[in-house]
Amino acid sequence: MTGPAIILLLAGLGAIAWVSARARAMRLQTAARATGRRDAVHSLPGYHGWYVALWTLIPAGIFLAVWANIAPGLVTQSVLADPAAQALPADGFARSAILGEARAIASGLQAGAFNPASQALVEPYRTAISEYGIAGAALALILAFAGGAYAFTRIRPDFRARTRVERLVMMALLLASLLAIVTTLGIVASLLWESFRFFSMVNPIDFLFGFKWSPQSAAMGYGNDDAFGAIPLFWGTIFIGAIIAMIVAIPLGLMSAVYLTQYASPAVRKWMKPLLEVLAGVPTVVYGYFAALTVAPALRDFAVAIGIQGASSESALAAGLVMGVMIIPFVSSMADDSIAAVPQSMRDGSLAMGATTSETIKRVLVPAALPGVVGGVLLAVSRAIGETMIVVMAAGLAANLTLNPFASVTTVTTQIVQLLTGDQEFDSAKTLAAFALGLVLFVVTLLLNIVALRVVKKYREAYE
Amino acid sequence: MTDEQKSLAPANPKMTARDVKVFYGPKQAIKGVSIDVDMDNVTAFIGPSGCGKSTFLRTLNRMNDTVASARVEGTITLDGEDIYAPSMDVVQLRARVGMVFQKPNPFPKSIYENIAYGPRIHGLAASKADMDVIVEKSLRRAGLWEEVKDRLQDSGTALSGGQQQRLCIGRAIAVEPEVILMDEPCSALDPIATAKIEELIHELRGRYAIVIVTHNMQQAARVSQRTAFFHLGELVEYGVTSDIFTNPKAERTKDYITGRYG
Repeated sequence: MTGPAIILLLAGLGAIAWVSARARAMRLQTAARATGRRDAVHSLPGYHGWYVALWTLIPAGIFLAVWANIAPGLVTQSVLADPAAQALPADGFARSAILGEARAIASGLQAGAFNPASQALVEPYRTAISEYGIAGAALALILAFAGGAYAFTRIRPDFRARTRVERLVMMALLLASLLAIVTTLGIVASLLWESFRFFSMVNPIDFLFGFKWSPQSAAMGYGNDDAFGAIPLFWGTIFIGAIIAMIVAIPLGLMSAVYLTQYASPAVRKWMKPLLEVLAGVPTVVYGYFAALTVAPALRDFAVAIGIQGASSESALAAGLVMGVMIIPFVSSMADDSIAAVPQSMRDGSLAMGATTSETIKRVLVPAALPGVVGGVLLAVSRAIGETMIVVMAAGLAANLTLNPFASVTTVTTQIVQLLTGDQEFDSAKTLAAFALGLVLFVVTLLLNIVALRVVKKYREAYE
Repeated sequence: MTDEQKSLAPANPKMTARDVKVFYGPKQAIKGVSIDVDMDNVTAFIGPSGCGKSTFLRTLNRMNDTVASARVEGTITLDGEDIYAPSMDVVQLRARVGMVFQKPNPFPKSIYENIAYGPRIHGLAASKADMDVIVEKSLRRAGLWEEVKDRLQDSGTALSGGQQQRLCIGRAIAVEPEVILMDEPCSALDPIATAKIEELIHELRGRYAIVIVTHNMQQAARVSQRTAFFHLGELVEYGVTSDIFTNPKAERTKDYITGRYG
């Protein structure tokens, strides 16, 4: 019996369980009401229906999920026990290739065998799959019936089905949120694990504080020792994301927030604020080609015209400028929120002393809003250093340690992309370096986020 | 009761309002108010919520300018000068007509910086020493000096509510205003802090023309020599405080004072 069929069958059983349990609860409750006691009836019939239906579905469903994971192993076991399997080569790789092919043919994914050895195993596979399929389906159905019957016998007029269903709903919701957390933990664990493997090949000190980044030379067999110094990458990331981008984004974001909160009339604010926020919705790849195809060549021509050495068509400045523009809405909307959170009475107090609007902004509003603005900037930095598309397209690959904004630098994210795209062995230091870089990036952005959120929260409390 | 208090036509009008109307959009909040604010007496504005007393107070230093939909008609003068004339610098006006708000609103800066804020904007102190003098003088006048002299660098927001309000009064005094407008300055304070502010108002009387808006009729009776009763955007009655409370002429004033509504 195939998977979809058994699931449909179970769904049908669930529906039947719901309908019949509800009907039974209704009949029993009608009788119980006749006794006239107020507590004779507890839950609405629908809850009894759900209670029985869930008892029918959940145990069977859990069993099917487990079965789907262990059945292939059991099938292989039984095929190996078949006399035809005695002819299999001892080599593990060849063995699993033949077994894989036989399985594919048996389940109808592949028409004919490339390896004649597989052909002999198709038939044992086919029988094993169908046997275990039938066994699984039968067990699932038995569980469904058993669960349903157990729940059905518990239907009484005063049975607290509503409470039970409530608890199940709560558990389902809890599971949903745990899933996200577990995924995060899994990602962190895999980062940690792969980074650990990397650091067993390369000294962490050399990685974190080394000045030479040339993973290609390591891959070509020149040794791992000096090839993975990530300082140029960290510098490139900071130079683009935390310096150039912020030089653009902080003043522009802050000034636009001040204009929008303090000077703009409600009508202007109404169309200008959403328009500014559209910037945040532009896909980063669009920014990327804008940076690479429009801004970078223009900057290079400019640099050449004024005679700057080392100007490249993939410059830190191009990536940083465009990234800064991309970040403006983040800074401006955080600054907007924190300036708006400064009580009106503060503003009135200053104006009533004879201060002008700009004096009020400079001396009262911005200082009072500063912690919130700082929080916004930190969030923007963490977003900027994790940004990938713009730098991949516009920042270049050369791991230069330079202060020249017209020169090409590379970033952590760019290098991760470089290390992992294309055909790679998965156990070389070169590939694993991507995980170590990812780990560093993860730790840094996590810290930035924690600090930023704390700053913002502390500040919010000050006025509440 | 002294003779001075009896004569209503003030010998020394600091501000005059003639037929002042205030509109918020299409809604008229003040319907033709004419009043003289006396230099030497404390003037109280009383009336039920929404009667326009605070709105009218805010026309006296043009704080209504910050409300986009507000429009003021009629004339208001300060020492005979029309404050709504195009030649009037609103920043200068507000330096001359200070304001204390309903809720204490010290800036999130040190006590010292709160007081120094106004003098600094208006360039009243040439040196740090000058500023120290201004800060001490203002805090003394606000009756706060003894309580805070050892912690001038502490945040103004760390003070108690009553102290914060006196800090705000000190802040207003620091720019040497001629008129101080107080918009229900005690409504957020406990009775002891209220008593201190009232005492302070007594001490400040004569040095500054003071206008106080209050909900509390006892307070008006205690601190003011002139009382104006507002109702539904109109000035119903204006006179010597003791007359208003003991012998109101208008029926509406009498109803309000005796607690018939409000």
